[in-house]
Amino acid sequence: MSIAKHPAGERRLYMGNEAIARGALEAGVSVAAGYPGTPSSEIIETLAKAAKDADIYVEWSTNEKVAMEVAAAASFAGLRSLCIMKQNGVNVASDFLLHLAGSGTRGGMVLVPCDDPGALSSVNEGESRHFAKMVEVPLLEPADFQEAKDLTKWAFTLSEELRSLVFVRSVTRLSHASGTVVPGEIPAPRRDAKFTYNGFILDPMEGPVMSAPVTFKHGQQQEKLKRAEEIFEDSPFNTYAGPDNPELLVIATSACWLYAREALRMLNAEGKAGLLKLATTWPLPRKLVKKHLAAAGKVLVLEEVLPFTEENVKVLAQEAADEIGHKPILGKRDGHVPMTGELNPDLAADAVAKALGAQVPEVDPDYKTKAGQYAFFGAPNRDLTFCPGCPHRASFWSIHNTLAADGREGFVCGDIGCYSMAVLPSGFSTLKTLHSMGSGTGLASGFGKLGPFGLNQPVMSVCGDSTFFHAALPALVNAVHHQSDITMAVLDNSGTGMTGFQSHPGLPTDALGNEVPAIDIEAVCRSLGAEVRVTDPFDLEKTQQTLHELLETKKGVKVLILRQACALSPQRKGKKDFDMEVDAALCRGEDCGCNRLCTRIFRCPGLVWDATAGRARIDEVICAGCGVCASICPAGAIIKKPVSAQAA
Amino acid sequence: MLSKDPYNLIITGVGGQGNVLASRMLGNLMSAQGLSVTIGETFGASQRGGSVMSHLRISSEGAWSPQIPAGGADMVVALEPIEALRVLARYGNPKVKVLANSRSIYPVGVISGELAYPSLDDVKKWVAELSDRSWFIDATEAAMNLGSAIFGNVIMVGALAATKELPIHREAFGQAMEAAMGPEKAKKNLKAFDIGVEMVGG
Ligand code: SF4
Ligand code: SF4
Repeated sequence: MSIAKHPAGERRLYMGNEAIARGALEAGVSVAAGYPGTPSSEIIETLAKAAKDADIYVEWSTNEKVAMEVAAAASFAGLRSLCIMKQNGVNVASDFLLHLAGSGTRGGMVLVPCDDPGALSSVNEGESRHFAKMVEVPLLEPADFQEAKDLTKWAFTLSEELRSLVFVRSVTRLSHASGTVVPGEIPAPRRDAKFTYNGFILDPMEGPVMSAPVTFKHGQQQEKLKRAEEIFEDSPFNTYAGPDNPELLVIATSACWLYAREALRMLNAEGKAGLLKLATTWPLPRKLVKKHLAAAGKVLVLEEVLPFTEENVKVLAQEAADEIGHKPILGKRDGHVPMTGELNPDLAADAVAKALGAQVPEVDPDYKTKAGQYAFFGAPNRDLTFCPGCPHRASFWSIHNTLAADGREGFVCGDIGCYSMAVLPSGFSTLKTLHSMGSGTGLASGFGKLGPFGLNQPVMSVCGDSTFFHAALPALVNAVHHQSDITMAVLDNSGTGMTGFQSHPGLPTDALGNEVPAIDIEAVCRSLGAEVRVTDPFDLEKTQQTLHELLETKKGVKVLILRQACALSPQRKGKKDFDMEVDAALCRGEDCGCNRLCTRIFRCPGLVWDATAGRARIDEVICAGCGVCASICPAGAIIKKPVSAQAA
Repeated sequence: MLSKDPYNLIITGVGGQGNVLASRMLGNLMSAQGLSVTIGETFGASQRGGSVMSHLRISSEGAWSPQIPAGGADMVVALEPIEALRVLARYGNPKVKVLANSRSIYPVGVISGELAYPSLDDVKKWVAELSDRSWFIDATEAAMNLGSAIFGNVIMVGALAATKELPIHREAFGQAMEAAMGPEKAKKNLKAFDIGVEMVGG
């Protein structure tokens, strides 16, 4: 049953992202667009599954900027629309975002950026909240699951009242956590879309939509923010619990409210400390916050990533100093709360205890020491690695070995996806730079122009198929146009493997399951004028030969497309190509001159080193049967047998 | 209905073992009985061989933090034995109970021979020392006898029910399975549930 069919009033366990999706449906959203990225992806996935039942349009766009534009078009046509992305996606979308804030919106439009405090699944600890302040639009932050739904729904109403985009910022611990939610009603689908543009040029609802004339529109925007502040003063989403004159006022936003509440209980401090949950974080409802500041002895702000609310509260406290007197405000800026990493109930309790001069209850120290020792000796670390049968392991094996054999200290600029793991030993530490989507090829394009300055190392970049369209394409165009000397490897595993197989422009099916024209990466690269080769990464020999030839003999931009489906993709998951076996008689174990290439270096989880037997061994439960390891063993001890032969 | 409120349950395992599905299954079961359940998960490494954890807070009061405070676990369900040790180091306390699947999954460092994996006897001894009660069952083996390793987690749920720590009822489980996957598959899952109950001696 899709989420659109869940009856109103029936309690459910919803993931934060599902609650956000349901909130949008209850607001009568018509169009939702986004680009996949943890922890945001399940919002679009949930809506895509509900699209038929709810009669809405949902897409995975090429990148975040396009997603925001697609959603904005629906708003301009009078419909309600939702746009989602992970924190750093807002950077990608930010140019349009600035102008959209200036032009204003028509139908309610909500942007949900999901931040990842502690970078649990990111290569940055980016903040999206400052964008709301910077482009001057309102910002809401839900603190639990019911609120994730209710606040999302209300954000559309607010957006229509102000004719402005509204941010609803989530974080990993909300988006990916689950809690009890009571759904409400979903309105009937809309069929009255119309883009009106013939009115007076300054008319926000009838004229053309743009951010010019700039000072006029900018002034209007600031009026909207004033109006938002007035609305926020009485918002039921901002709540206070605690004594009238608390010794300590804790101001908490987002999931930190749950941590703070638990911390106050742990410390039995509910009589001394008050807890203000702030859901409308920009613009600050100044009267409300001032009232609470005035009543408190000192203040502690608990929030995740940067001290955003803390700084806004500090500005307010300074402006109101005559009225409310001096209030010490503790938070991240003075080191009272850690500046990096995510918070949790323990860190919240530490911060509250320090502020109150209280003691955090501790587990028996003997127990802790013993448990720590047993875990240290008994629970060896689990390094992240590519899945068994993952084409990337084979691709990086070939790239790494070819560059090593080439001997000119060639290197690879990395990009964002599962294959980012190739900075680690599991990918033979092949990647030497790692930044944002598409940056590998952009950096390579720059490195490729450094020949005249003395750089004579071969330059490579990698990117996945989804990343290719997202942001690598402009970098590739740049490299071709400027005749940069680079080799780009496109790891085409037909899907956005990392985040769970969302569609992208290279695939014949879209988010809704419709048949759509797939854009052929190979043809695109050829038409740009690049020298293109395609190989199957599981064919190690041919891949290495081809790459070697490209590196040695060709000048300019070369593209090697390594085409093989992800091991977890629907077409490969659970299907073995081969039954694998190590011939114990052929395996030479530690005596093999190969220094155990198979298990020490190649390290597929399906191929295990059996220390007692002194031989390699296939773990049948884990091996995906790709057959690649057979080509690694110089002694020919790893044997692939056709699956059918065994079944017969 | 609860021996402690919130009751803090941690389900731990290795990416790809179905941690998230298991925690959702349990969460839905208890939510359907009117209890408030908050589940916090680690997703990122879920399919790439990393350690994963789900924190379940079961309460009659409402939402709790999706992260359990240090030393705050009441029950640890480990789908892989050494993961129990990893969780106890941070969330354990002398009163905690542990239910573990005894089937090992080796970390890459162990596969490559750089790290050592302890003997199951040692793991059992250490876990016993760090807990009030512990159960080790070979759920994967029993699941394969039933036809597929996928049933391992249902066996663990049955075993958890048999510890009588939480209100997990066989009928409610059967109904939920039937609603989700139809009578045919529900039957097989109920069988797995019963095997789990037996293994703990319920
Ligand atoms: S065939 Fe070899 S490389 Fe492929 S999954 Fe099995 S063990 Fe790993
Ligand atoms: S490469 Fe072959 S011979 Fe060498 S240790 Fe591995 S299995 Fe044995």
